[in-house]
Amino acid sequence: MSSKATTLNTVKSVIAEDLVKTYDGGKVRALDGLTLDVSEGTVLGVLGPNGAGKTTTVRVLTTLLIPDSGRATVAGIDVIKQPEKVREVIGLSGQYAAVDETLTGWDNLIMFGRLYHLSPKAAKQRATELLEQFSLTDAAKRPIRTYSGGMRRRLDLSASLIVKPKILFLDEPTTGLDPRGRQEMWGVIKSLVRGGTTLLLTTQYLEEADQLADDIVVVDHGKVIARGTSDQLKRQVGGERLEIVAAANDLAQVKEIVAKVAGGNVSVDEGIRQVSAPVTTGSKALIEAARQLDDLGIHPLDIGLKRPSLDDVFISLTGHVAEEQKPEDEGEVKARGRKRKK
Amino acid sequence: MSHAISDALVVTKRQWLQLIRVPEVLIFSTIQPVMFVLLFRYVFGGSISTGIPGVDYVQLLMPGIFVQTVAFTLAGTAVGLAEDMQKGLIDRFRSLPISRGAVVFGRALGDGLLNIVVLFVMGLAGFLVGWRPDSGLFKVMLGFIFLLFFGFAMAWIGILIGLSVRSARVANAAVFIAVFPLTFLSNAFAPTTGMPRPLQYFAEWNPVSTMVAACRELFGLQNIFGVTANSWPSQNPLEMSLIYMVLLMAIFVPLSIRKYVNVASK
Repeated sequence: MSSKATTLNTVKSVIAEDLVKTYDGGKVRALDGLTLDVSEGTVLGVLGPNGAGKTTTVRVLTTLLIPDSGRATVAGIDVIKQPEKVREVIGLSGQYAAVDETLTGWDNLIMFGRLYHLSPKAAKQRATELLEQFSLTDAAKRPIRTYSGGMRRRLDLSASLIVKPKILFLDEPTTGLDPRGRQEMWGVIKSLVRGGTTLLLTTQYLEEADQLADDIVVVDHGKVIARGTSDQLKRQVGGERLEIVAAANDLAQVKEIVAKVAGGNVSVDEGIRQVSAPVTTGSKALIEAARQLDDLGIHPLDIGLKRPSLDDVFISLTGHVAEEQKPEDEGEVKARGRKRKK
Repeated sequence: MSHAISDALVVTKRQWLQLIRVPEVLIFSTIQPVMFVLLFRYVFGGSISTGIPGVDYVQLLMPGIFVQTVAFTLAGTAVGLAEDMQKGLIDRFRSLPISRGAVVFGRALGDGLLNIVVLFVMGLAGFLVGWRPDSGLFKVMLGFIFLLFFGFAMAWIGILIGLSVRSARVANAAVFIAVFPLTFLSNAFAPTTGMPRPLQYFAEWNPVSTMVAACRELFGLQNIFGVTANSWPSQNPLEMSLIYMVLLMAIFVPLSIRKYVNVASK
């Protein structure tokens, strides 16, 4: 558990306790006692595969969905008892770009500005500022349907920032974006966070949580199964691994050397011709292995120390990979994932 | 409260902006009724007898087609809302600090007002093919205002359908099943006197029929009823239509708002 997250005197902007939400008469447990909190001014990454309950969590916290049981407050306001008060202090940008695609970016921002009860003049001023801030000024008068995926997400995000919300919820802000769009979006989110926005972000990308979040909760089957900073989570899985890729006929010798340096527990992957083992001595082990290989005249194709990724964390926690890539029933998983989002 | 109205108007304005950005929608939603005017006027008109000496079919047809067209307003309402739901726009609206009825009310109003344009173009088309209401400008205008209210009332059925179905395609199909029988099992296109007796009750008392009869009255025509000729609804189609509209809204406005508030809670 993160010491940071449990420090008593930090102000909690978001608290969710024991949220339960079931569908189909209790057969599908979208939320199964989910508990989390977000400290003021920090970013919480909610990490999990499709169908883990991330979107449902966001929907409950943003007053769109009433849970079967449990309790949640946002900025100290009860989301079930006073949803209209909660709506005044939050911004939400959803998994699907929830803007009107037939209208222009400008039309959308004016519309949402007016719905936040800004005067026509204030709405125009805020729209101009936001378009500038998100590099959309040139596209302001074009219909959203002509925007790239990244532009659309930026406009969607800007619509949720019209009244400078105290707490921002981003539900999978980069799902479906190409790498460039993702990088741009990360830049935008980072600059928001530097401005002190409290943010709850869901993602199925481990790298995204790593990049953006102060704290991460890992969610699976409607429950939080781990919590901590990305470093803490990685440490849970174990230390560094020495990895060497070599020519096929050198593998036996490489294995022997790695066994000596690492003191056992060597695994060999013939397919990618990789020998690896956990090490405790860090770069010393790396240098030692390299020296011994050199003595035997073996030139590895690749040699290095690898720290565990959040992928490794995920697999070790859940026993499956984040994207649920099971080839034999991929179709079913996808169909289920899609249904769950509705 | 003042916010509730201005919020709704923002949503209504959004629909007008959509029409400006994608004018095809307006063009096609007027071409279709004009096409109906021409089809019925020239294809069926020759073989349907009005039963009233000296009155052309086109005089009876136009009120029928006006009512059918505004009744079908709810198709656009249902499909539009279902699309907004699918795309997550309704979620966005629901996360905003706006009044509960604003989005649906704004939608119904927007679709209701769209009928001004549609009715104007249809009236023009009718005039070109021989429609001549002879009751005077005041009564004709009253008839059109009546039609606009009817469209607004019907739009609420569309709102409930749009919020209840899973996709825009389903919304479209559901609307056709709901509205087609209403408009054809009526006095809109052919005299009900030719229908089997039991059917005549439905075809003369259904809201579309009382609306058509009311419009015919306002446009200076005589109504001919079958089995229900001496009943109060047939004698007072205007009043009956008003009652229907109030009933429709009394049922569907609260249901629609409740549905909107709980829409994703399934």
